[in-house]
Order: sequence, then C-alpha cells, then structure tokens
Amino acid sequence: MLTKEQAGDFFDRIRRFSSAEEVEAIFTSSRFALTRFANNTIHQNVEEENSVVSIRTNFGGRTARAATNQFDDASLRRAVAASERLAQVQAPDVDLLPMPTAEEANAGEDPAEGVRASRFFDETARISAAERAEAVRGMVAVADRQKLTTAGIYSNSESREGIFNSRGLAKWHRQTLAEVSVTMLAENSSGWRKLNSPDVSNLDAMGLAEIAAQKAVDSAHPREIAPGKYTVILEPSAVLDIVGFMFWDYSGVAILDQRSFLNDRIGTQLFGDNINISDDVAHPLQAGSPFDGEGMRRQRVRLVEKGVVKRVVYARATARRMKNSEYAAKVGPIEATGHGFPLPNEVGEMPMNLVFTEADRPKRAPEKTVQEMIASTERGVLVTRLWYIREVDAYEKIVTGMTRDGTFLVENGKVRCGLRNFRFNQSLIAMLSNVEAMSAPVRACGEESFDMVVPAMKVREFNFTEVTRF
Amino acid sequence: MKAAAQIALNSSSGRGVTYADARAVAIRNRSLTTKNGLVGHASESESLGIGVRVIADGAWGFAASSDLSGASVEAVAARAVEIARASARVKREDVRLAPEPAAVAEWATPYKIDPFTTSVEQNLGLLMQVDAEMRAVGGVTLAETGMNFQREESWFLSSEGADIHQTKYSTGAGYTAYAFAGSEIQKRSYPNSFGGQWQNRGYEQIEEMKLVENARRVGEEAVALHRAPQCPEGTSTIILDGSQLGLQIHESVGHPIELDRVLGMEANFAGTSFLTLEKLGHLRYGSDLVNVVADARQQHGPGLGTFAYDDEGVAAQATPIITHGLFTGYLSSRETAHTIGAERSGGTLRAEGWNRLPMIRMTNVSILPGEHPLSLEQLIASTDDGIYMETNKSWSIDDKRYNFQFGCEIAWEIKKGKRVRMLKNPSYSGITTEFWNSMDAICSREEWVLWGTPNCGKGQPQQVVGTGHGASPARFRNIRVGTAYRGS
Repeated sequence: MLTKEQAGDFFDRIRRFSSAEEVEAIFTSSRFALTRFANNTIHQNVEEENSVVSIRTNFGGRTARAATNQFDDASLRRAVAASERLAQVQAPDVDLLPMPTAEEANAGEDPAEGVRASRFFDETARISAAERAEAVRGMVAVADRQKLTTAGIYSNSESREGIFNSRGLAKWHRQTLAEVSVTMLAENSSGWRKLNSPDVSNLDAMGLAEIAAQKAVDSAHPREIAPGKYTVILEPSAVLDIVGFMFWDYSGVAILDQRSFLNDRIGTQLFGDNINISDDVAHPLQAGSPFDGEGMRRQRVRLVEKGVVKRVVYARATARRMKNSEYAAKVGPIEATGHGFPLPNEVGEMPMNLVFTEADRPKRAPEKTVQEMIASTERGVLVTRLWYIREVDAYEKIVTGMTRDGTFLVENGKVRCGLRNFRFNQSLIAMLSNVEAMSAPVRACGEESFDMVVPAMKVREFNFTEVTRF
Repeated sequence: MKAAAQIALNSSSGRGVTYADARAVAIRNRSLTTKNGLVGHASESESLGIGVRVIADGAWGFAASSDLSGASVEAVAARAVEIARASARVKREDVRLAPEPAAVAEWATPYKIDPFTTSVEQNLGLLMQVDAEMRAVGGVTLAETGMNFQREESWFLSSEGADIHQTKYSTGAGYTAYAFAGSEIQKRSYPNSFGGQWQNRGYEQIEEMKLVENARRVGEEAVALHRAPQCPEGTSTIILDGSQLGLQIHESVGHPIELDRVLGMEANFAGTSFLTLEKLGHLRYGSDLVNVVADARQQHGPGLGTFAYDDEGVAAQATPIITHGLFTGYLSSRETAHTIGAERSGGTLRAEGWNRLPMIRMTNVSILPGEHPLSLEQLIASTDDGIYMETNKSWSIDDKRYNFQFGCEIAWEIKKGKRVRMLKNPSYSGITTEFWNSMDAICSREEWVLWGTPNCGKGQPQQVVGTGHGASPARFRNIRVGTAYRGS
C-alpha cells in the first residue's frame, strides 16, 4: 500500500511530466478482504489490493482528470497527457477557481485530530482470513442451534487517501473498517442485522447473529394485513436507508440546477420541530476523511434545526456561483463547507457524514428505546430494514420500496407476530413531519444509503400501498 | 499481462490446489458529461490487475492485486490458496465444477470505429449540440448529456488448460431534459434514462443513435408534462415501450433466474428468488406469447451481455428461459449446474474487473419479438382503452422478485385506438407471474431493440456490470396503475 512519502514522490514526478498551470493528484490505496457465507458455509472469500492516482490538470479555467493504477513513469506520463488533452479542448469555465492553497484548505475548525484518533485501528487492519472464518463459524453455530440457515459477510479493510496540488497542499488520511452483515432464514421468515466500525472491537458478530436469528424465529408464519397508513417503528437501518434519498438535494449545485426538493423551501418549517440534522465528520460515531475532493477541510454544518432547513453544503466554486445567483438571499449562509467532490464533476457536493442530533430536542419528546416505542403503540408495524428504495417524485420526495427481513405487527404495546412484507410509497417530507418518538442516535448501516448516525423512529401514517407474497 | 496470469497459475499449482484460474485484465475508460452548456465531467482511466481463483481443500479462495510484478503475482496466488484453506474451515461439502472443455481462443467485439480513436472535441461537440437543442426549448431548466466508452482486454488461463484472450468494447450515450416549475420537477430522457443506450460496439453506435434529432422533442415533452393531467389510479390495459419492457425483463425475469440467488447464495444482499427448483419445467411464467432467452452469443446482437467466453472459460450459449409461457431455464455456472441436473454450465459467470470474483450475471436476457407483423402504432390502434408508457423513471422489486412497481417518465392515454392526451407521473405495479401472464400482444422484429443496462449491481463486495435486454413494445391487460401516488 502507498505511504504518504511514496505518494509525495509520485506527485513530484507527475508535476515534472505536466505542462499545465496547475496539477492535482488524488491517491487512494486499499487492502480489502471479505468472507461471504450462505447455506451455513463459506462460499466466497476474497481479498484485493489496489492503488490509484487520479490526476487533474488545469489550464486557465479548463480542467479534466485521468487515472491509472500503475505507477511506472510511462503510465504516469500517459495519465498526465490524457488529463491535459481532455482539459485543453474545452472552453474555459469562468466559475472554475485556482486550486486551493494549504492555507485556504485548512480554514475553519479543525476536526482532524479527533478523526485521526477514531478512524484507524491496527486490530482491524490485521484481521486474517482464518480469523474471519472463525467468526463465521460462530454465526453458523447460532443458526444451527436455532435450525436456521444463515448468509452474510465479515469484511475488513485498510484504506489510505491523499491529495496533493501544485499550490502546496498535501493531505493524507488513513482508516480501517470492519463490517458484519448477517441474515437468518427460516422456512417462511427471515431476520437481519448489520453493523460496521473502524474499530473491530465494537463489532459483536455473535450478538448480531443472535438478534437476526431471533427476528427470523419471531416472524415465522407471517400474517397478511391490508395495506394502508400505519404507525411504524423504523429501526435505525431502516431510517438511514430511506432518509438517505434526500441528501443529494442538500447541495448548492442541486439548488442552482433546480433539481432539489429544497428549491424555494430553505428557511421554511419543512419537518417536525423534533428533527435536527448536522453533517459532522468529527462526530465520534462517524467515519471518513476530514477533507473533500479539493482538499478543503470538512466543516461541521447544521443543516436542519427544529424542522427548518437552514442551509445546504458547498464546494468552493458552488459557493461563489451561489453568491452571484438569484437564490443568494433565499438559501441561508453561503460559504465553502468542504463537501465538494473531486473536480470536474456535475453534482458539486453533498453532506456525507450525517448525524441526526440530539441537541435542541423538545422536552416533550424525550429519547425512547425501540422497546418503549413498541410499548406505547396500540397498533402499528415494526420494521427491521427497507429494500430497493427508489425516488418516485423528485420535489415531493416520494420514495418507494419494500420492507424486508423482519416485519412485525405491534398491538396493544406488544409485538404480536410477523407480517408479510409491504411496499411503501412515502413522502420523506411527510415522514419527517410525523415523527412521534426517536431513540438515541447510533451508527447505522444499510444497503441503500451510506452510513449515518441516526435514531430509530416512531412515525405515524406511514404509507404502505401493497403487500407481497411473503 | 498473459505472462502474469501464467506466473499466477504456476505459483498456485505448486500449492496443492485442485483447480486454479487467473484473469489478467486491462480496462480503459472515457467518460464525458455536459450540463447546461458546460463540460460537467471529463475523465479517462486505466486499470490493470490480476485476479486468481483457486479451489483448495474443497473450498474457494480469491485474491487480486494491481501490482503485476512477478513477486507480487506469486504472493497473490499464495494468498488465494491461504484464503481457500480458511474457507474450508466452514464448509459442508466440497465445491464441484461441471466439466468444461479447455478452450484456447481469441475473440474481440466486432466494431467499425474504435471509440478511442475519436477525438474528445468530436465527442464534446456532439454533446454540446444536443445540449443546445434541449435548452432552446423554453421551460427546460436543466440539460444533461453523457457519453462513455470502455475497452476491456482479458487473458484467462486455467489449470485445466484454458487459454482465452478477449477484447470487449462497450459504448453508450444519452441525455435528459429537466423542467422545474411550481412544485414539480419533470424530466424526459433519450434514448433511455439512467445513462442512455449502451451496446458492445464501437463509435458507430453513437453515430446511429440520432441524438441531435431527438433532443428538441425531448425538451418539449419535459415542459409539456407540467400541463398534463396525473396518470389515474386504477386498473388498466397498458402498453410498454421496448426500453421499459427491457427493464421489466431485467428485474422480474433476469434476476429471479440467477441460480445463485435461487440457491440462497445472495440471501444477505440481493435476495433470493421465488423460482425455487421444483418450478423448472412446470411454472406457467407467462402467457403463450412470452418467449425469453438468455443469449450471450454474437448472433443475438451486440448486447452488454455478449461475449465469446464467460469469466470461467465457458463458451457463450443461448438458454431458453421461458418457452411459450413455460419456465424452462436458469442462468448457471460450473459450480451450480449440477443442482439443476445440467451436465454443463450455462456460461454466465462474469466479474466487474480484475479485482472481483466472477459470479452468475445476466447475459442478454431478451423477450423474443412477436411472429406476426405488428408495429407500435398498429398495437396502439388495436387498443380500445389503455395507457402507453415510455422510459423508466423509477423501479423497485422485492427481494424474491414477486412484487414490483415501476414509474415511467411519460404516458399517453389511449381511447379507441388513438393517443388522446399526455399523462404525467405514470406508474404500474403487480406480481411477476400475474403480470407476464397478462401479456396479450407483442410487436414484431422491426420494433425490437437490444437495450443495454450498464448499472446492474449484485454481490458483496458489490459488482456493477452491463446486461442486455432485447424487447419490443408489448401490451398487458388488467394492470394496477397509479399506485405510486396513492395516499400521497
């Protein structure tokens, strides 16, 4: 894997090979291993190592990128030439800024120290194939004991990323991640649990397997009830997978492109007053790099306060465009926040370290556990996870999808039985206006959206429109 | 590259494996987009590496690296064996591979124009022309275009003696016009949404797509949708255009026939399948008009699922999937063929690149056109009351592939054989087998297009590959429509 020193040497060569006014190189280097099991046996088991350099050249407002995963001089020269060729044929973009200096990129509060302390763990990087197999053996034993069939993964990775530019910026970040996802299958039911962390000691594979198994057992012989509007209790993975579909819109470019559901809505009471959302790379339960695709320091940004969308995030050029746009007076604070993607790109920026915060929660809605939410529900549906979510309506933010792997009927404060899975068509605006209770936020992961720090939610009038056959 | 594969094979064979294969792969990519008259994204990339797959102690191991030095490749082979031995700690039975003759072959995608010989100026010039046409329409608030080329060269060697060198090209382009007004965002895409149309061809694909010629109409339709009434909710006859039917096939036929899903190997992520093994040869999947094949051969067309050999060295084949409505075939691999009593793999194992384990993927899963001449306009003319829907906007299906819901960008109400008015926000939903059994007409060969789906995701770690889906417009009776907006 690449070290920062090696990357710096490669960058020096890249600069020598280029005739561009400015040069930037983004390095990524990773080792990733994943043990996959199904039918109570390991059936796939993989490991890969790869390093890539992505080179951007800039000629007076004209910029482009080329990448290679080979580091000999000929490959680097080829990538530099490709980037320059792509850049030079373009018309100048008046909004393209010079690459940031180290001083500009480091403006704002420094989250880096906290990020360094909480993102890399040798114990995670060192997990061997044999150790992953032993963990899987334990999860299979849980399945065997309950006469279930299990499928899932155990993965670990170490990754490094760095950005260098010809104006003196040089940043480097390394992190680890371990992940367990486990499904337990019974004859006509299933259960699921998934968790990841930079620190493997936070993962209890057996504990996750036990929960998934219990869900499979408890949801056996599912009943069918009619679709309609129900009070639902969404576990954290279900919450993150559905709310994740709105965060592409918390972007200055999305507003300027008029493709955001926040167009004409920033500053209005869009959600219930118990909804507070921040983007905070330094949060102790978050992961990821403390700098963005231009090397800018990621800032902590409060996106939603008491249900009012206060602002969106910005890359450097987007902030400048927004300040000069017709929307400038209607979108709250405008400044580069360190959320840009590598340039050039058409989507601009996005918040990707989301935290549903506990701050400012009204006293009338204190934190509740999922068990307390169940106990307070006369009739409702407990949802483990959501699946195959897609956007139906871009402005009303209606999304469709299915429940999966553990859907339960709640009656008179108790989980009564498993249910056949529902299809939903639900506006996220309506959903976040109907949140009756939330748990403490936790680090959650799913399959439809990136990891977030989110609570479980009890939501009234969740819109189930159809029922499937299982 | 081939030398690296040979080193990997030699290295693994000395470590007590019962099977090994090595794939050295070089991928080159060009990706261009524009947005509202400016270049959105301009990049090229190359990715080289080797993946080594072995069976040791009766279990699989796979390792991959971008470092192609001899020492690194030997280490990768050793790592694959070590991983296989770890896999064997949690196994129920040894992996069994269906026999396959060891092929020695060279093959390349037929093409007229190598897309990488075209200039970036030429590519961007075309996209800017399209962009200008869309934005010439008042009310278009965002115009996006894109063009992509990929060249993938691979060397596959196996311990059984296979030695296969393939070069595949894929080319795609498309665009979308958005119109934001009031409280609605509407959009129209051409020739298809979510990346346009892709095939395994050269730049001639782009030249034949009539990109500029359709751009203004697409912009006008995006704006006109704001004035159109909402698609009603209820039960209706629907006609789907070929691109939407291609996605319907992908989701409700292509995925459920993947044998690894059926056998539970994807249960934790992509899901399983309602097509349990006892249904083969017995299930009435669709009406008598429904004939679906999985065909990776060149004679089926230049689809994204076209090749000469799959990524475990099995020759491309055509498998009848649905024959006059009867379920007749799965997508299989050497490891899974025995579970359906097949003597040979169906040849569907593919990997995203050098760093991924090949797995069962759709090839070109296509519905065959109707045998009697029938154009789209004739089909509409023969429909008394219905809705014609075009171009996918959203898609969702459950993890066993029963219940689906699709939204389309645009629709037209049909009355007495004529399109009487445009409808916005059309959607339809149903249960897979009920839906396919309701098909009562399909257009003939002249309306048939081999559509490309470039973004099919599956597996852990997830792999995205392209699949092909030939389809012509078809009609379905008694379909639920408008449910996407029910209760909202």
